[in-house]
Amino acid sequence: MLEVKDLHVTIEDKVILKGLNLTINAGEVHAIMGPNGAGKSTLSAVIAGKDGYEVTQGTILFEGQDVLEMEIEERARAGLLLGFQYPIEIPGVKNIYLLKAALNAQRAARGEGEIPAPEFMKLVREKSAEMKMDPSFLQRAVNEGFSGGEKKRNEILQMLILQPKLAMLDEIDSGLDIDAMKVVADGVNSLRNADRAILLVTHYQRLLNHIVPDHVHVLVDGRIVKSGGKELALELEDRGYDWVLEESVA
Amino acid sequence: MSAAERFLQRLTARRADDPSWVAARRQAGAARFEAMGFPTRRDEHWKYTDVRRIAEGDFALATDAAFDTTRFDEQRLDIDAYRLVLVDGRFSPALSELDGLPAGVSVEPLSQALEANHESVGGSLGRLAGVDFSPFTALNTAFADEGAVIRLAAGTVVDKPIYLLMLSRADAEPVMSHPRVLIEAGARAEATVIEHYSGEPEAANFTNVVTEVLLDRGAIIDHYKLQEAALTDLHVASIHVDQGRDSHFNSYNLNLGGALVRTDLVTDLNAEGAEAAYNGLFFVQGRQHVDNHTLVNHNAPRTFSNENYKGVLDDRSRGVFNGKVFVKKDAQQIEAYQNNANLLLSDRAEIDTKPELVIYADDVKCSHGATTGQLDEEAVYALRSRGIDEPMARALLTLAFVGEVMDKVGLNVIAERVERAVAGRLPERFNLAELVETAEAIQET
Repeated sequence: MLEVKDLHVTIEDKVILKGLNLTINAGEVHAIMGPNGAGKSTLSAVIAGKDGYEVTQGTILFEGQDVLEMEIEERARAGLLLGFQYPIEIPGVKNIYLLKAALNAQRAARGEGEIPAPEFMKLVREKSAEMKMDPSFLQRAVNEGFSGGEKKRNEILQMLILQPKLAMLDEIDSGLDIDAMKVVADGVNSLRNADRAILLVTHYQRLLNHIVPDHVHVLVDGRIVKSGGKELALELEDRGYDWVLEESVA
Repeated sequence: MSAAERFLQRLTARRADDPSWVAARRQAGAARFEAMGFPTRRDEHWKYTDVRRIAEGDFALATDAAFDTTRFDEQRLDIDAYRLVLVDGRFSPALSELDGLPAGVSVEPLSQALEANHESVGGSLGRLAGVDFSPFTALNTAFADEGAVIRLAAGTVVDKPIYLLMLSRADAEPVMSHPRVLIEAGARAEATVIEHYSGEPEAANFTNVVTEVLLDRGAIIDHYKLQEAALTDLHVASIHVDQGRDSHFNSYNLNLGGALVRTDLVTDLNAEGAEAAYNGLFFVQGRQHVDNHTLVNHNAPRTFSNENYKGVLDDRSRGVFNGKVFVKKDAQQIEAYQNNANLLLSDRAEIDTKPELVIYADDVKCSHGATTGQLDEEAVYALRSRGIDEPMARALLTLAFVGEVMDKVGLNVIAERVERAVAGRLPERFNLAELVETAEAIQET
């Protein structure tokens, strides 16, 4: 589904990714772990198309399409969605406007008509209940005055409604207490199916107790230096990252 | 011959049957206007607004008030209200609906009030808007023979809005009108008054309106000025408000239309507890020019003012905001807040903003601020990252910016009309009405 080959990325002349390779197939959950500054967030941001990153070498293919040639909104409509580490507040734009405009944009890209209002209402009510969000959240401006946990739940709500093919979640666990973590993890787990892939970017292992990955990758200094199964995450939790780095240099 | 003399030539033979005090006032206005002439950009108050398009124009006076009824139905607000309609400054009995006014409330065209020669009208008219205020108030004073006089007896609460609709026609030759509006609210009287400027899209007329509002103790007036004149119309207005103890004046100054628009809004808070709220919005594009000058005079202790003006400027449009708050020496414990935020949608649009605070008292709470910027690119990205295309993302954010003022608007029919107008200037694929409907439907269930 996603194929990243030899990806080199710089931000303002600073080299962040130095030849990253990653393949994700439908149905898989991948976790990218690594120390701060290794380039974890850069990877998902580049795939989603955020400004300010320069790809100097390499390719990203999503279902055979060249992602780097696609506009930000085209990537989202094709099914590539990024849940932000720090979701921003958008004063005055109601959640419900965002959800409906986004869903209809996606449908239009597939050649479908706008979603009928009753169907949309049923969908958002159902999904916000799953995320334990009061329906009044839908009327509020996107993330405005939301707590950290509410913002993260709102990111997952968007995923539940937009049903991406590849859901990328950047540090979705940061700033969550244990209850909120459970709600968020349940939401993400409900997205798991044979046709969808999930990419988790995380610093800590604890998220992976709730969302068990199929593959764990360690990203150090712009490269994936080690890959393994879910047990790799536990090992990292015990031993830190230094041993992986030493192993990779050796 | 000067431009002022040329304008005044149109005065001859008009209303020979004026009561003597009206005739005297007209002469004073004409004399003052002739002496001052049209303002130029050397004048501090007109530094950013060039009125040559008015001064160099040749405007006749309309002689009738005929208006196409289909167009009338398109232009008017769909609202249950007491309605008084002027067409190019002439009163239209046919389009007006003033039946069933509650006891203690009178709404009449100025011509009738002058004919009846009410003493109260004579006493109040011109009390707030003297001929020295600006050349345009002097010009209005010279010409004004039509408009509206609204009087509310003490304690009356008007059940429906009072709706003044001023229509501008696309006639063979451009015309000018100088409507005069007088609102006198007795103690504890309450009313909503709408001044709505609209008309035929091809109209290229000059409207020069003066509104005076007097609020006695405890009176509450919501004043809407919805200016949707043709994009070729020239529009100058001044609104003068005098507030007594514990009175509330809430202004909604909403500007969408006009080629050249200047509005002056002046409030005198003359007794304790008086409170003024100024809510303003302008959305301009093409080569539109909109100038808002506001002034709040805190003349008494414990008076309050809160001002929030927002502007959206596209293409090569130009905006001016000059907001002044003046606090007298003994006006202690007042609160005055002012904010002006502008959004530039184009590199070639321009705004000149000048907030001014002049404070002579020492125990006050005041703040003011002005910001001008573009849309938040982070927010544009956040919306695009969900699949919303860029024009739509920008439309949503522009609407959100406008929405902050519209949230304060109590009359839904006006809020919706403005939001629709704003949305209508944004890409048409943006199906705002549908989104709003869905949001409302979800809220109700």
